[in-house]
Amino acid sequence: MFEPAQQNGSPRIGFYVCHCGHNIAGKVDVTAVAQAVARFPGVVLSRDYKYMCSDPGQQMIMDDIREQKLDRVVVASCSPLLHEHTFRTAVARGGLNAFHFQMVNIRENVSWVHDDPADATEKAVDLARAAVRRVRLHRALEQKKVPITPAVLIVGGGIAGIHAALTLASAGKKVYLVEKEPTIGGHMAKFDKTFPTLDCAACILTPKMSAVRSHPNITLWTYSEVTKVEGFVGRYRVTVKRKPRYVIEELCVGCLECIEACVFKEGKFYDEFNQGLGKRKPVYIPFPQATPQLVLIDPEQCIEFKSGKCKKTCAEKCDRDAIDFKQTERIEQIEVGAVIVATGFQTVPSEKVPFYGYGRMPNVFTALEVERLVNASGPTGGQVVTREGKAPKAVGIIHCVGSRDEKTNRWCSRVCCMYSLKLAHLIKEHTGAEVFNFYTDMRTAGKGYEEFFYKVMDDGVHFIRGRVAEVSDWAFTPDEEGKLVIRVEDTLIGRVRRVPVDMVVLATGLEPGPDSQQIRRLFNMSCSSEGFFLERHPKLAPVDTFTDGVYIAGACQSPKDIPDTVAQAGAAAAQVLALIDAGSKELEPNTAYIVEEECSGCKSCIALCPYTAISFDAARKKALLNEALCKGCGTCVASCPSGSIRQNLFQDDEIFSEIEGLLTPVT
Amino acid sequence: MGSKPSTAPYGLPLHVVEPKKVRLQIAFQSELDPAFAQRVKWRAHGEAFLNCIQCGTCSATCPVSPYMDYTPRKIVAMVREGFKNDVLQCLTIWLCASCYSCTVECPRQIRITDVMYALKREAISEGLYPKKLPTPVLATEFFKQVEKRGRNSEALLMMALYWKTNLVKVFRDMKLGMTLIRMGHLPLRPESVRAKGEIKALMDGVEKAEKELWS
Amino acid sequence: MRYLYYPGCSLRSTGKAYEESLLSLFRALDVPLEELDDWNCCGATAYMAVDEDKAMALAARNLSLAERQHGRSGQTQLVAPCSACFLVLTKTDRYLKGNPEVQKVVGRALADAGHSYAGTVTPRHPLDVLVNDIGVETIAKKVKSRLGHLRLACYYGCQIVRPFASFDDPRTPSTFEKLMEALGAETVDWPLRTRCCGASLMGTIHAVGMEMSYSILKEARRRGANCVVTTCPLCQLNLESFQQEMNKQFDDDLRMPVAYFTQILGLALGIPNDKLGFNKIIIPPPMTSGAPQGGEPARV
Repeated sequence: MFEPAQQNGSPRIGFYVCHCGHNIAGKVDVTAVAQAVARFPGVVLSRDYKYMCSDPGQQMIMDDIREQKLDRVVVASCSPLLHEHTFRTAVARGGLNAFHFQMVNIRENVSWVHDDPADATEKAVDLARAAVRRVRLHRALEQKKVPITPAVLIVGGGIAGIHAALTLASAGKKVYLVEKEPTIGGHMAKFDKTFPTLDCAACILTPKMSAVRSHPNITLWTYSEVTKVEGFVGRYRVTVKRKPRYVIEELCVGCLECIEACVFKEGKFYDEFNQGLGKRKPVYIPFPQATPQLVLIDPEQCIEFKSGKCKKTCAEKCDRDAIDFKQTERIEQIEVGAVIVATGFQTVPSEKVPFYGYGRMPNVFTALEVERLVNASGPTGGQVVTREGKAPKAVGIIHCVGSRDEKTNRWCSRVCCMYSLKLAHLIKEHTGAEVFNFYTDMRTAGKGYEEFFYKVMDDGVHFIRGRVAEVSDWAFTPDEEGKLVIRVEDTLIGRVRRVPVDMVVLATGLEPGPDSQQIRRLFNMSCSSEGFFLERHPKLAPVDTFTDGVYIAGACQSPKDIPDTVAQAGAAAAQVLALIDAGSKELEPNTAYIVEEECSGCKSCIALCPYTAISFDAARKKALLNEALCKGCGTCVASCPSGSIRQNLFQDDEIFSEIEGLLTPVT
Repeated sequence: MGSKPSTAPYGLPLHVVEPKKVRLQIAFQSELDPAFAQRVKWRAHGEAFLNCIQCGTCSATCPVSPYMDYTPRKIVAMVREGFKNDVLQCLTIWLCASCYSCTVECPRQIRITDVMYALKREAISEGLYPKKLPTPVLATEFFKQVEKRGRNSEALLMMALYWKTNLVKVFRDMKLGMTLIRMGHLPLRPESVRAKGEIKALMDGVEKAEKELWS
Repeated sequence: MRYLYYPGCSLRSTGKAYEESLLSLFRALDVPLEELDDWNCCGATAYMAVDEDKAMALAARNLSLAERQHGRSGQTQLVAPCSACFLVLTKTDRYLKGNPEVQKVVGRALADAGHSYAGTVTPRHPLDVLVNDIGVETIAKKVKSRLGHLRLACYYGCQIVRPFASFDDPRTPSTFEKLMEALGAETVDWPLRTRCCGASLMGTIHAVGMEMSYSILKEARRRGANCVVTTCPLCQLNLESFQQEMNKQFDDDLRMPVAYFTQILGLALGIPNDKLGFNKIIIPPPMTSGAPQGGEPARV
């Protein structure tokens, strides 16, 4: 500890520089920094310490405040994102206002990014000088609290949304679950078995789906979309559009007799749930266990909508008069305290990978199609057959389709290795065919996953390490006639191979859903470069977003399997519970405020505010700022022509003295 | 043991048991050239083959890979690890027909054709290529002709190739050669550019500029 | 649009039929082709192996000559019918714009030879010009005899769609088929349309070149083609000239005509056969619907 010449009066600043183990001290000469800062005007105490964030480190600040009568504190350590809250709390516990504190980031901004120790040390001192200058001017601030409405919106009714909804509802919270499709269940509902345990997907999912339907705390809106979100943490006002099913929900009991009675005797239209492998009628239910058990009519296909001349046998048949051709969309308004976004993923569209021949060669299938083929309630009743209806003698499963490729998606989709192993096992079990898996790298990290890989190897499935270059119908030898030929380098053997098969399965990767950008804007979230929703911190806040009160779960955040999705949904539910049960949330006081007597009422700030926090008081001709909505971005402050908007923690004099501190020449 | 046994005991192929033919297959780090990868990278205009994931797409899409001693994927792995002698003496780089399939298909967008070019140049400058192999001979002959006349005569090129390599006769069936000549495919009088001085200045200019750039 | 024509060495020897038919065709379409004055070797694929910088310097001189001849005010269209020339000229243009090292070395060499390149030349393949500038419909209107008797395997070869050309998809190109179908010809759907014929391997490592070219012809026949159409002089030479040797080596009886696309276009447009270089190819394609499948192989 360096005791500078005793100064009387205010300010009495305490300065602390953290070693962060070797993270900072390995590059920055922390002793020199402490010595240099000790000489700055107003600094009465300057220390360096191994880990400032540790209990003894925090205790040191608290003791110094009391014993040395400090009235300002500066800590030079890591990023404020990590520990600003820690130190503010310590300062407050020491008896000062939490905002008589300033943090300097000399880790991410200095030690981690500089090579030369002397330069790094000099920069650390400069940044510290700026902070010391600025902290003298800090005002005491109060944090405002907002109450939290004990209701939650969950967007997306896949396994993530379902699990989060049930968790929150059983904790007694009101849940609105909004799903854009006519049924909940998501992708999982389409699967036959789940890896690595091979439990039947329907057996574990459908009980949860019906629990959602019957839970008194859950309002389930399927075939619905969120169209508008206003407000802020604790009080989001959400608008939901409910598309017309042309069936009155309150009356329909799901007897399905209308489908039977439809003038179309056979299904004729692309069956979304079966990936088009089956056909359905204009009046339909996505699948037998659909939840809710409600039929719907597709107006694009129904004769009554197209010509108005249908016999309407469906409506005739319904003895509850549930069919209503005149139904229109409904708009619902709700108020919730928090939101969980669980909108899932889409598989890479096959047009992105034309060289595997999907669409040109009929027996090239996507993995999702094969999921429906192996499914006992699928279009073939669980028979794995080619498009000609024959059982394949040889099947090739191509991994990494659309993944790990600069031209499509760079990332590893994480689930394809495992689902390919599962499909290999099921195809072998159903058909006895020779199954070839073509993989780039086998990624089976997960509980019981590697063991499942061993089991499938033991089944006699072939594993060829190499990325397939092409699937073609070019027959080079007589046994290749009439087959699909997969050309690949067997990289373990070091030779190119041509493998003729009857059926090719494309293990398409996962990517952000088609409407992910729209959802991102609705909830004001961020995306990582690939388009998945961005978590607040990759390790320590994996389900939080940068928008308070908005959480994410499942594959909308990154590709993940069912166990990880469910774990994340549980985590998001727990975060929401913590928020709701706290009853209120303290807001960061870095908000803007308007000095009314200086406001000229020019309204220029209103259009600029990205959070619609500013409105116009027509009676008094002044701008009106809602602090609860303000995120402290500073746009209005910088743009106000009369300078009448100010911002807490970023007052002009604070910023100017910080700049002066930085620019003061080293003496 | 008297005369050499024609078959080895237990029916094993000869080379397995005959001590002289047993090859040490281990690679000692000391035999590798750690600077090789960087040199090839520099020659290939900084091509980023260091982040190759060894997926083998290049080999599988290559129409010539069935004839190669190492597949293109293996070449990249060997270059990265400094197997300089094996790479520069292999057939693979001379079999590359510059069809650019690998370059188009590579999921890491590595321009493998350019890497092959760089390796050919490295092999020629190190004098390590197989001497009787016609491909480097073709390249050098081509080079000489163009330097002289600014244009290339396919007839002269084929003849040079015929004389310099006894490995392959271009037209085993000399009648085909005669047919082509008769049909006017192979004019024996070579064409030249008028400004031959420009070609010489151009070639000298490259040499000077290269020297300046790398000195 | 004005076009400069860069023949390259091949069109003056093995590709003579290509040049004759190309020039006749453009004349018939009223699109003038003006030859690049005092052009030199493009640099070629083989050259790249020996000295890439020199290869690019050679190509760059041609680009500079084109600018001299047509000025730098607009973008000069330089038509290069040989695939290798087209590729090397395009590659050089790209590298001169994007690679500072190449820029430095080649720029210096050009200056020493009294040249400079401002980047205003676009190398074009005639297939691209015909389909995208002149247009399939314009050509279709000029068709005099429809070629319903031809089932064509359109063979792009490698270097016109890979890796630089942007006029078609590198994996599943379709411009060639569109053009041929406009003449009334049928085209076969086959997976080898962009697979390499073996190129110079036919001359250097002959056995490999033979197998590569043979597999292409075999598949064309398997798909029911009665003629292979090419866009490259080396492909034409490889696929056509060695069929007799192939028949001996692979115990086959191939008689597959291999014509230039410009010859087929000329046929449809009613240009006389002697102006299309048909006397310079060994196996002529069936000229009329009455002709037998595939011509007789020339006796050599």
